[in-house]
Amino acid sequence: MTDNTANTASDGPMLAADGTTLKSSLNRALRRQKLRALMLIAPLLIFVLLTFIAPIADMLFRSVENQIVSETLPRTTAALADWDATGDTAPPEPVFKDLYEDMFIAKERKLHTRLGSRLNYELTGVSSLFRKSGRKVEDMGEVYQDQFEDLNKFWKKGENWNVLMGTSSWLAAQNAWDKASKTAQPTLEIKPEIAALLPQTAQMFTLFAEFVQVDENDNLAKEDPWAIVYSALYDDLTAGANVAGYSGEGAAELQEAAAAVSSFETVDFTAAFTKIDKDWASVDVWRTLQVYSPEFTAGYFLNAVDMQKTIDGPEMRPENEQLYLKLFVRTLFMSLVITGSCILLGYPVGFILANLPARTANLLMILVLLPFWTSLLVRTSAWKVMLQQQGVVNDTLVWLGVVADDSRLALINNQTGTIIAMTHILLPFMILPLYSVMKTIPPSYLRAAKSLGATNWTAFWRVYFPQSVPGIGAGSILVFILSIGYYITPEIVGGTTGTFISNRIAYHISSSLNWGLAAALGAILLAVVLGLYWAYDRIVGIDNVKLGG
Amino acid sequence: MKMTKALLATTALTVAAGMASADGHMASEMTIVSWGGAYSNSQQKAYHDPYMEKTGVKVINDESSAEAVAKLRAMNEAGNVTWDVVDVVAADAIRLCDEGLAMEIDPDEHLAAAPDGTSAADDFGDLLVSDCFIPQIVYSTTFGYRTDMVGATAPTSVCAVFDTEAYPGKRSLEKRPINNMEWALICDGVAKDDVYDVLETAEGQQRALDKLGTIKDDVIWWSAGADTPQLLADGEVVMGSTYNGRLFSVIEEQKQPVAMLWDAQVFDLDGWIIPAGLSDERKARALDYIMFATDTQRLADQAKYISYGPARASSAPLVGQHADLGIDMAPHMPTDPNNAKNTFLYNYEFWADYRDDIDAKFQAWLAQ
Repeated sequence: MTDNTANTASDGPMLAADGTTLKSSLNRALRRQKLRALMLIAPLLIFVLLTFIAPIADMLFRSVENQIVSETLPRTTAALADWDATGDTAPPEPVFKDLYEDMFIAKERKLHTRLGSRLNYELTGVSSLFRKSGRKVEDMGEVYQDQFEDLNKFWKKGENWNVLMGTSSWLAAQNAWDKASKTAQPTLEIKPEIAALLPQTAQMFTLFAEFVQVDENDNLAKEDPWAIVYSALYDDLTAGANVAGYSGEGAAELQEAAAAVSSFETVDFTAAFTKIDKDWASVDVWRTLQVYSPEFTAGYFLNAVDMQKTIDGPEMRPENEQLYLKLFVRTLFMSLVITGSCILLGYPVGFILANLPARTANLLMILVLLPFWTSLLVRTSAWKVMLQQQGVVNDTLVWLGVVADDSRLALINNQTGTIIAMTHILLPFMILPLYSVMKTIPPSYLRAAKSLGATNWTAFWRVYFPQSVPGIGAGSILVFILSIGYYITPEIVGGTTGTFISNRIAYHISSSLNWGLAAALGAILLAVVLGLYWAYDRIVGIDNVKLGG
Repeated sequence: MKMTKALLATTALTVAAGMASADGHMASEMTIVSWGGAYSNSQQKAYHDPYMEKTGVKVINDESSAEAVAKLRAMNEAGNVTWDVVDVVAADAIRLCDEGLAMEIDPDEHLAAAPDGTSAADDFGDLLVSDCFIPQIVYSTTFGYRTDMVGATAPTSVCAVFDTEAYPGKRSLEKRPINNMEWALICDGVAKDDVYDVLETAEGQQRALDKLGTIKDDVIWWSAGADTPQLLADGEVVMGSTYNGRLFSVIEEQKQPVAMLWDAQVFDLDGWIIPAGLSDERKARALDYIMFATDTQRLADQAKYISYGPARASSAPLVGQHADLGIDMAPHMPTDPNNAKNTFLYNYEFWADYRDDIDAKFQAWLAQ
């Protein structure tokens, strides 16, 4: 807009009163105006961004987010990348050792069960597998710890480890630190020569120190290291660390240990995990881990359309687990039926309201608005009383002799119930726009048509109806979009055949806690609505929609 | 901006004032989350009122237990947990513990011993199903039936539900697989001890669904605990499953022509958890409350107001009469030997694993 306005002044150097060119002066004035306008809408804009757009974006983001796997099991997922998942053997021993380390740390941080519940969405049984493994993983590597400690008491104490691993300046600071002082602990500094000599041990000890100092805020000087530090030390020493060249603190003990490790009893991590649960030996768990290793996944979206992610790519779920596509179709179909019945019932009401004298019309308007002001739950529950088999409608029909007492109509807990109750609840959203559009159609048009010889029907159909179409359009969009996301009414009166996709979304949000799947279902629903809106705009034209006057 | 600062400052001051007035270093206010209705009332009378009297703490009630897991997860992600003690069913407690959203409890350190000196861990015994969970009551999901609609022979077995010839009419079942699958297998001839072994297999799951399929057209599926009592009272169903406390109030308080079917009822637990990540003051307060509210006498007191059994073995002999009706409560407890002749033990671990999988199949089956 700025450019367009400025173009007219671009051929000559016209100057404003303050000496600048007219173009820049105009620009400045426009910019100031825009800023002022922006300032005026800023409170609303910020409010909408913070309370509406941001949470929705955050929720939708969950439909692809999958960092939890690689964050909880970083070594395992990295090692698994090279594993051939198409074979029928579980990964080799080094992967199990990585799993041991990852699982140990995850257990200490209490993250393993969380990952278990995440992966259980993809493969049934992983939840308890992880819980079980977490309980036993602490004992698994103790074989090394015990042997080091039996060899020399030096290895038992956390303070000896600190002397061995940490720099002397850090050690002094750590020993001087007091928890009561509420200051931050001095972060562990590993001696460079130890880091070079025992890389794995240094890495594990750093992780351990970080956990103690940051997560737990315990004094590192008083904590004994994790079992995985001992197994890492064993690995370093058997890998041929040149301890003879090291002369710092603990050199004697290191050399003693280096001489002894060759005769140490070793741990077979594959066997140890398989002993906890034979599922670790099966390829299914590992395939799931590999398939869901990446930080982002299409898995939730595939689930949302009844597919699943496998090592061979996406494929359909078994017939007896397909649910969501059916629900999407049902939601769309029933929303259309509800919109249709709202038009059928609402049009005559709107017509009468618009053509009655104002006094009577106002009175009738209150009847339309009254249910609108009543709580949604009350209205839905009232329908329950009306429609159930021992309810008012059935009792009346039996009394009238229309149906037999033993074959009362099933009007609730099925699609019929949902359609009846939702049509009633959404009817005002159809009547109000219809009324406001019909109100603007001059009655003289109908009279003119009739005076030119049209029958009542022709006058209505050819003259009146076309002018009321924008009202139908507006009402239909309102009713359709509201009903497609409806939750509480189908939940209460829908039984099993009358529930919508939103009921499953609610289930995954509040019961199964599969927020990723709920987000994917929600994203698809949003896309469908936007798609239909676009189609409507192309076919009917959104300009033809009128909400009033 | 100034406004926000002023607001923040006021809030901080109020909070500080609140903290300062606390005895020692415990918070002077606590939010307790429960299920609402008659159940919350029973807790108010048995636990909250005496605790407030004893300590002067202000207890704020929140009735969000049905969405507790989802809400706690959201609070945890937002870094602002506003609840201090939460009442949840055992399955939810296990889940919260798994997700690291609930604090681990050491029964012998955090809970009171029984009056005879039995340690809390022994007194609660097997009911301590999770490290984070402090059991409070034992409840059963069982069937109630209309005495005027079942003909001459009242049902005595849970399999009456599947017998539409002897007991025609609608039945109400919960709209989820849990409990229904077990009942279906039991009535399909599976021994009680083998139910979960069978249910682990795809064939077993199909078998249970097939059995449920024989009555599919006669079932009204409920999702709120109040549905079945209402349906029974209206004569909409001839029998239906719900929690035994709900049936007690339909039968004894509202005097409806309904009777209880104590057969293969599923034992379950409800109790407290303390959310993870509370400040030290609030944690101390929550632990103090838990210590008070789950001692032997207090648990027995709750049974005066609602017919759920206390979770401590030592509380059972102390269960007295209903506070308003004046009837003995012991015979209405799911733990009463006469009622507990043929109970079914809910397997938490199994459902923690298989819930999502079986639920998908169950819902797909329902939608067919």
